[in-house]
Amino acid sequence: MAKFTHLKSRVIVIPNRNIDTDQIIPARFLKVTDKNGLGEALFSDWRYNSDGSINPDFVLNHHQNQDAKILLAGDNFGCGSSREHAPWALTAWGISAVISTSFADIFRNNSLKNALLPIVVTTDIHQSLFELVTKSPDTELSIDLASQTLIIPPDTNVTFPIDSFAKKCLLNGVDQLGYILSHESLIEAYELT
Amino acid sequence: MQSNPLTLFEKIWYSHIVTQEPKSPAVLYIDLHLVHEVTSPQAFTGLRERGLKVRRPQRTLATMDHSIPTTPLSIPMADTQAAAQLQQLAENCEEFDIELYGMESPMRGIVHVIGPELGRTQPGMTIVCGDSHTSTHGAFGALAFGIGTSEVEHVLASQCLLQHKPKTFQVNVSGKLGIGVSAKDIILALIAKIGIGGGTGHVFEYTGEAIRGLTMEERMTICNMSIEGGARAGMIAPDDTTFEYLAGREHSPKGIKWDKAVESWKKLPTDGEAIYDQSITLDASSLEPMITFGTNPGMGLQITDRIPNPNKYDDLDKRHNLETSLTYMELQPGQPLLGHPVDVIFIGSCTNGRISDLRLAAKVLEGRRIAENVRMLVVPGSQSVKMQAESEGLDKVFADAGAEWREAGCSMCIAMNGDQVAPGQYAVSTSNRNFEGRQGKGARTFLASPLTAAATAVRGAISDVREMI
Ligand code: SF4
Repeated sequence: MAKFTHLKSRVIVIPNRNIDTDQIIPARFLKVTDKNGLGEALFSDWRYNSDGSINPDFVLNHHQNQDAKILLAGDNFGCGSSREHAPWALTAWGISAVISTSFADIFRNNSLKNALLPIVVTTDIHQSLFELVTKSPDTELSIDLASQTLIIPPDTNVTFPIDSFAKKCLLNGVDQLGYILSHESLIEAYELT
Repeated sequence: MQSNPLTLFEKIWYSHIVTQEPKSPAVLYIDLHLVHEVTSPQAFTGLRERGLKVRRPQRTLATMDHSIPTTPLSIPMADTQAAAQLQQLAENCEEFDIELYGMESPMRGIVHVIGPELGRTQPGMTIVCGDSHTSTHGAFGALAFGIGTSEVEHVLASQCLLQHKPKTFQVNVSGKLGIGVSAKDIILALIAKIGIGGGTGHVFEYTGEAIRGLTMEERMTICNMSIEGGARAGMIAPDDTTFEYLAGREHSPKGIKWDKAVESWKKLPTDGEAIYDQSITLDASSLEPMITFGTNPGMGLQITDRIPNPNKYDDLDKRHNLETSLTYMELQPGQPLLGHPVDVIFIGSCTNGRISDLRLAAKVLEGRRIAENVRMLVVPGSQSVKMQAESEGLDKVFADAGAEWREAGCSMCIAMNGDQVAPGQYAVSTSNRNFEGRQGKGARTFLASPLTAAATAVRGAISDVREMI
């Protein structure tokens, strides 16, 4: 798995609550047998008009956001289906971290396996981030995973939670399947019981 | 020796831990792994790249459901991308020696319909699938939940998953359901109450008189939509209803093995003194038919209610979200839903595509015709359901009423196979998700029970089935 250590980037804001995986990547893009091209399908129904033309109003299409790596979104991000195509599409487009007050369980699990960092903040911090980025769209946030810190200019440091195993995997690029398979003898013993 | 009182969930969880190192998730053993065409190809590619095999092919079962056409098999598939994906699954199953209920199989169907039908789903098991509605299988007292494709690869290779222990959430449903009110209405009412994130981090256990009174198919409808309440899994303790359903099914234990199995299954229900992390109670007798009006399954109301006014919320975010939903749905605050015209009716999916669902819908439609301008699609959850329905003459009831009778599949629930609602059209659907675009780009979905869907088909507008039965 790819590693995640630090990140500094401007922020794309999609304030909607309950952004479900059908919005992140609609089902019609799930007929692939590989992971290619999913970045183009990210938020497809919001990014493109019904005639296929680009919707210039949607944040992902703003030219100043093309290199942004952090997405700030409303509560309960990633609810709905288990499709890992959602984090694949986000990372393929260039997103490396999503900030919200909460994430759906399966989406969070899937993200952590793809070096996409789900950052949970309190409602107050969430609100202040919205205000800050709305007022100063060029704001850059920094993330340091080792210290679990989100650095908000000018001088706020917020600690975010992450479970210690997932953190270790992200920092070191640990291969989780390799970890499971290292317990082969215990798995075999379990099967015999 | 007195052991700690445990919940149903905890009994299954603890008995499936292979090992757990400090500060690490448990390595959890998986008894049954269900596979379908959409979320598996990249996992098989991963196996191939690492030179790994499927560890326990006999604990793995594959079917084709999401992108298959529901028109007769004799018509060649127009969608070459979907056809390639189906072909890929067939090749993967062949190469890795996995049993596949493929296109031509008479047992093929939606993964969450055929697992129980075949008797593969059993109490006390851990069951996973790259599909969030795996929660369905919890109706049998199994711990069943959806996983992503990386995890599909983990299970294929190791028959194990890394998991943190979720919390438990008791949903106690007291009382008895009224006439015209069904299992679907219980689960829609629960989600409307707790919201779509209400169960995040938890496993639901449904308990209470109303749940005990439900058939297995009704219990599956409820557990199916646990994920719409944010819970990855929903469970119901096994009882005689469960054992009767399983007895004699193809993969159910037989003879002395059956007796032994039942004996162990009887030990699964939550102990009297066990404690849940959270609890909620619903009174089934006060429920009415439910329907959603917005763009997530938590935006539901009793069918006789009016659409809420966003201004009643102080929370600006909430207000804004409701406004966005109503704009998408083109509905007005304060408007009643009863009488709202619809264009499409979909009866099917892993929520409500079983034989009892079709029987209920057929009962409403018998001797009636669906309204002009309404298109109605009836899609059985599996080919077995289809055959059963045809042997009962239900297909004729649907056809006589003016509905389309199809082959089994996910169909309009996810609109991957060409069965879709046109932009701007309104659909009453017995499926589980009303997200924007779920049933086709620009489609507007009302989720409801098969009874409500059938009644609405007849009148061409949202209807209270209690006036028609
Ligand atoms: S019927 Fe719908 S919800 Fe169920 S498995 Fe198929 S696509 Fe998923």
